[in-house]
Amino acid sequence: MNSIMTHGLAAQAEVHQVVRDASGLISSTWLLIAFPLLGAAVLLLGGRRLDKTGHLIGTAASCLSFVMAVALFVAMLGESGDARAFNVPLWEWFNAAGYQVEVGLLLDQLSMAFVLLITGVGSLIHVYSIGYMEHDERRRRFFGYLNLFVAAMLLLVLASDYLILFIGWEGVGLASYLLIGFWQHKPSAAVAAKKAFVVNRVGDMGMVLAIASMIVVFGSSSFELVFAGAGDAPTSWLNALGLLLLLAACGKSAQFPLQSWLLDAMEGPTPVSALIHAATMVTAGVYLVVRSAAIYDLAPEARTAVVLVGTITLLMGAIIGCAKDDIKKALAGSTMSQIGYMMLAAGLGPAGYAFAIFHLITHGFFKANMFLGAGSVMHGMNDEVNMRRFGGLRAAMPVTFLTFALGYLAIIGIPPFAGYFSKDKIIEAAFADNILIGLCALIGAGITAFYMTRVMLMTFLTSKRWAEDVHPHESPRVMTWPLIGLAALSLVGGAALLYVGGGIVEWLEPVTGEEHHDLPLPVAALIAITLVVVVAGVAVAWLLYGRRPVPVEAPAGNPLTVAARRDLYGDAVNEAVLMRPGQYLTRSLVYVENRGVDGAVIGAAKAVGGLSARWRRWQTGFVRSYALTMLTGAGLVVVAMLLVRLP
Amino acid sequence: MSPTPYLVLATLLFTIGGAGVLLRRNALVAFMSVELMLNAANLAFVTFARMHGNLDGQIMAFFVMVIAAAEVVVGLAIIVMIFRTRRSASVDDASLLKL
Repeated sequence: MNSIMTHGLAAQAEVHQVVRDASGLISSTWLLIAFPLLGAAVLLLGGRRLDKTGHLIGTAASCLSFVMAVALFVAMLGESGDARAFNVPLWEWFNAAGYQVEVGLLLDQLSMAFVLLITGVGSLIHVYSIGYMEHDERRRRFFGYLNLFVAAMLLLVLASDYLILFIGWEGVGLASYLLIGFWQHKPSAAVAAKKAFVVNRVGDMGMVLAIASMIVVFGSSSFELVFAGAGDAPTSWLNALGLLLLLAACGKSAQFPLQSWLLDAMEGPTPVSALIHAATMVTAGVYLVVRSAAIYDLAPEARTAVVLVGTITLLMGAIIGCAKDDIKKALAGSTMSQIGYMMLAAGLGPAGYAFAIFHLITHGFFKANMFLGAGSVMHGMNDEVNMRRFGGLRAAMPVTFLTFALGYLAIIGIPPFAGYFSKDKIIEAAFADNILIGLCALIGAGITAFYMTRVMLMTFLTSKRWAEDVHPHESPRVMTWPLIGLAALSLVGGAALLYVGGGIVEWLEPVTGEEHHDLPLPVAALIAITLVVVVAGVAVAWLLYGRRPVPVEAPAGNPLTVAARRDLYGDAVNEAVLMRPGQYLTRSLVYVENRGVDGAVIGAAKAVGGLSARWRRWQTGFVRSYALTMLTGAGLVVVAMLLVRLP
Repeated sequence: MSPTPYLVLATLLFTIGGAGVLLRRNALVAFMSVELMLNAANLAFVTFARMHGNLDGQIMAFFVMVIAAAEVVVGLAIIVMIFRTRRSASVDDASLLKL
């Protein structure tokens, strides 16, 4: 880990390109957010009269945003390489006691990459959802939520102030909650939505504390002032900020130790899993870390934590993915694992930021592709998700099979598919940094090959194990065309992003900086080793699932499989460490409250009440007895006066 | 002039009044007994005023008379109202104001 800590201050000077005020087309960047936001408002407030056309309005809003994004991209390409960052001020939100928040957007190379991914993949998934949600009577609402998500996600990546980013951050959390629980009549979906919401709140706590710390240290939460002031801030504060932002990223990106919600989130409709829980929202944590590069560059300990979290999660996710029989959960484990790779790369600093974003984008392509493929399979199989009930779907669903296969080749990293370029770069960077981390990333690649081959074999190849009343059929065109689009991106996206016009590394360099480390061994040798490991993973999966028949009932399995089926006891640990002690704490506090605080108050009231009940007896209501009392009293006064001989 | 006979009379009147208040149930009789006690006090005031040769006690007696007149007005009105609603002037019956 030493090498991570030593190269902290490199690449600082050239990171900060000049941010210019936008003019012309770029000053209308806000339209990107306005289209889907307006779409969401129309769909959610429009009521039942839009039931027939709602899906078209939603898709149009998303597509308009994509067209706008492409126009902005072209405009940005027209500028020179280090003058592509634009500030789009909108209005002043508040200005109190020296703390000023401007609502403004920052359009630079990093946010541009995200905007294209979100609107591009988002639009394809909107189109796909038209077919997938066709028979759902709440389809209009579904598209409203999807548009809300796209708007919030765009705000998240375009904000120029951590506080504005936080609004988008919470917005995507809300949309995620609404969409996981979209089929709220299923108790499992409602519970999964709540779980995602609660776990995300833990991460949000980190975000709130990070923003508060920024106000203390820098007096502002705007990117400009925070990044400019980072150089003069004490390292302890920067490390604290880095760790708090990492906590926020862990919650949103389902990284260890806040990973438990993502697998349950698969209760949502499949397009949601593809868009939110694979391609875009769960990568927001990676965006946060890369965006905060100026802080992490100067906070070596926080960066070490990012690397560790990424490494642990990439192995955990991969192991969980190996044991799941639910196709969506196997893919969700894979998502966790791949985001672990991105986190790992982001934690490597300027040497890895660009590769983290590169892998994020290619992952967005192939994972959305595979999730939509899984949705297509479910669509044809009466919503069956158990892969032990699939098998032999190759012939019944040729388009789904072929597109899924391209995504599969991309994720396991076979050249020349997208994942090969991006994952290989991360493994290289990890090896260059630390041999142990590199080995973990390499093993992760092998496990990835294993579980994805398993999914592939159990679903599309091997013998048919369908339930009796199932008649699989290919999905309609409106669903297969987005699959084909995403499959094409899985095929060429990696090479295109890496080589066309200097590639993504050069594109992002003004934002993230660049740093190159020498590998301990030749690059070609590492690529060869990686490929051997990948092929070994494929071979093992074929030996276990391809060569012999897959049982319909899951076998008992070894202890690791049992643990992986239960998400490596993530829920059990949460229950034992957090839930139970929390319950004991609340119960004992309730006891103290009932017996202690309430006891004192109620006891005092009872004492006063009892005493006054006694005293009340004196008031008999008989005038003559009062008169006797008065007489006696007067008599006593007279006697007393006589005794003391008052004059 | 010796004050003793007057004071003895005042004491007697006061004792009779006090016994009346304590022993009789009829509100009117109890009321008359109260008046008797007040007048016993007046007699004592006037006696002492005469004995000391000044007017302090006599002024006090006038005050007592005025107060007594006001008290009679209020008290009689209450007694009449109670009698009208309850058909009884017994002071023991009017014990319902207690909780």
